[in-house]
Amino acid sequence: MDIRGLAGATARPLHGILLAFPIALFTFALFTDIAYLKTAEIQWSNFSAWLITGALVFGGVAGVFSIVDLVLGLRRGGSRRVIIHVAALALAWVLGLVNAFKHSQDAWSSVGGFGLTLSILCTLLVLVAGWTAFSAREIAR
Amino acid sequence: MIKHLLTASAVALTVAACGNASDPKLNQTGVNPDLPKPNETLAPAMKISPPAGWNGETPTAPRGFTVTAFATDLKIPRQMLVLPNGDVLIAEGRGGGAPPLRPKDVIAGSIKKQGNTRIDGGNRITLLRDANNDGVPELRTVLVENLNAPYGLAYVDGYLYVAEQDALVRFAFQPGQTGIATPAERVTDLPSRLNHHWTKAMTASADGARLYVGIGSNSNIGERGMAVEEERAVVWEIDRATGARRTIATGIRNPTALAIEPGTGLLWSVVNERDELGPQLVPDYLTQVRDGAFYGWPYSYWGQNIDPRVMPQKPDLVAKAIKPDYALGSHVAALGLDFARDGGFGGAFANGAFIGMHGSWNRQDPSGYKVVWVPFSNGRPAGQPIDFVTGFLKDGDARGRPVGVAFDPAKRVLLVADDLSNTVWRIAPAA
Repeated sequence: MDIRGLAGATARPLHGILLAFPIALFTFALFTDIAYLKTAEIQWSNFSAWLITGALVFGGVAGVFSIVDLVLGLRRGGSRRVIIHVAALALAWVLGLVNAFKHSQDAWSSVGGFGLTLSILCTLLVLVAGWTAFSAREIAR
Repeated sequence: MIKHLLTASAVALTVAACGNASDPKLNQTGVNPDLPKPNETLAPAMKISPPAGWNGETPTAPRGFTVTAFATDLKIPRQMLVLPNGDVLIAEGRGGGAPPLRPKDVIAGSIKKQGNTRIDGGNRITLLRDANNDGVPELRTVLVENLNAPYGLAYVDGYLYVAEQDALVRFAFQPGQTGIATPAERVTDLPSRLNHHWTKAMTASADGARLYVGIGSNSNIGERGMAVEEERAVVWEIDRATGARRTIATGIRNPTALAIEPGTGLLWSVVNERDELGPQLVPDYLTQVRDGAFYGWPYSYWGQNIDPRVMPQKPDLVAKAIKPDYALGSHVAALGLDFARDGGFGGAFANGAFIGMHGSWNRQDPSGYKVVWVPFSNGRPAGQPIDFVTGFLKDGDARGRPVGVAFDPAKRVLLVADDLSNTVWRIAPAA
């Protein structure tokens, strides 16, 4: 195995693991948002705030891997799925950042209709990003 | 496209963070303040005035007064008490320490810290004696040490009462004493769980039979859950003889200083109102603390103005909310209150209240950072506030931040505690 192969063998599972975080965390932030809107129990909103922050941290690192993937892939002719993956992840991250600020507002304002909408969009986008990432990988083999 | 999105959201966040600018046409002081519509932004406006030294300069007082440093190198001076013999007590310390609940608490906390002193609080009471009133204390000594964030002070009938952040204690004490050897005696515990707003303001009733303690809320507007707000945002009346307590006012977000109006003997407080509704909401206020009154927090402000962030709402409580007496301006952070007595400084400053304003963080145009005078007539505020001590802000930097104020009617001086430069300033009529 040459150095590039070794790097690829490390990077690929690492990328997959990192990507699992925003998929799970954005999705759970949607659940805790719904729980807060249904109960007005503030701890649900606190959970959302941390889940979104975690999704941004791990999603950001995963995004770096994805962009490297995209650049290397473009050199080799590129794949539409990788482009869709990067676009979906980037959009989820940006909307997630806005949502993190939304969740920094106090009490009922920390979620509201706007926060819930962002959480739904982040969840859908990150699911698209995950789907395209893993299906693209299968094709690449 | 991604780049455009990123740019667009960066711009949006910047705009959101700045919020709307203040409208200088709004009058936010006095009996009927102008209240704009709530203006929540994605990120709260945070404008910290960076600390800067005085470099030998002093705050500015009106013509005819001199300002000198009465004591320096204190350890976070907060509230002060002038004893019957003229000795001055200064409570020094820093309390609080509620754990961060959200990422926001971590980030906002570290930003706000930039505007405060870096030293550790003294957790003590310092005594200063300037018997000849030349502005230079002949004696400076630590009266009591190892307290837990002392704030409110009162002296009644052979006892010094100290409101620590978790308990009201008393020491057997006679004015003239320069040390206390006897241990503290606990009068009553004070609510201290979390202690988001930790300061416990205190004053004694005119006849000395009761003590009043101000207990601030555990959050901005209940975002830590209402369970931790039991017996918070209230004023307690404590029977001095028995220690029994009664809650006399509720919904009073953060009553940071209490004082008795000398003409009427009635209890007044300065109160810090809520943040993150825009640069001009909600005005901090000065109010008579009426027995049984509900002042709105967290459900409403300035009477029946609903705070949309609080859910579930309580329309029945809001209906009972009373308007405070006098607005001091939004985000000024009034922390000090004392009334002029026995003719005060005379002239325009004979009858009224001095109010120390620590200064804002939640607006782009700083407010507060000064001591104002609110004229009174027949025991009620009469007219607009007048700047009394200024110059704490210079070129956008904070040289000092006023906290407690104490008027000494015998010497005719006003003392102002400054917890940024750790100084007590003395304002006296020019000789």
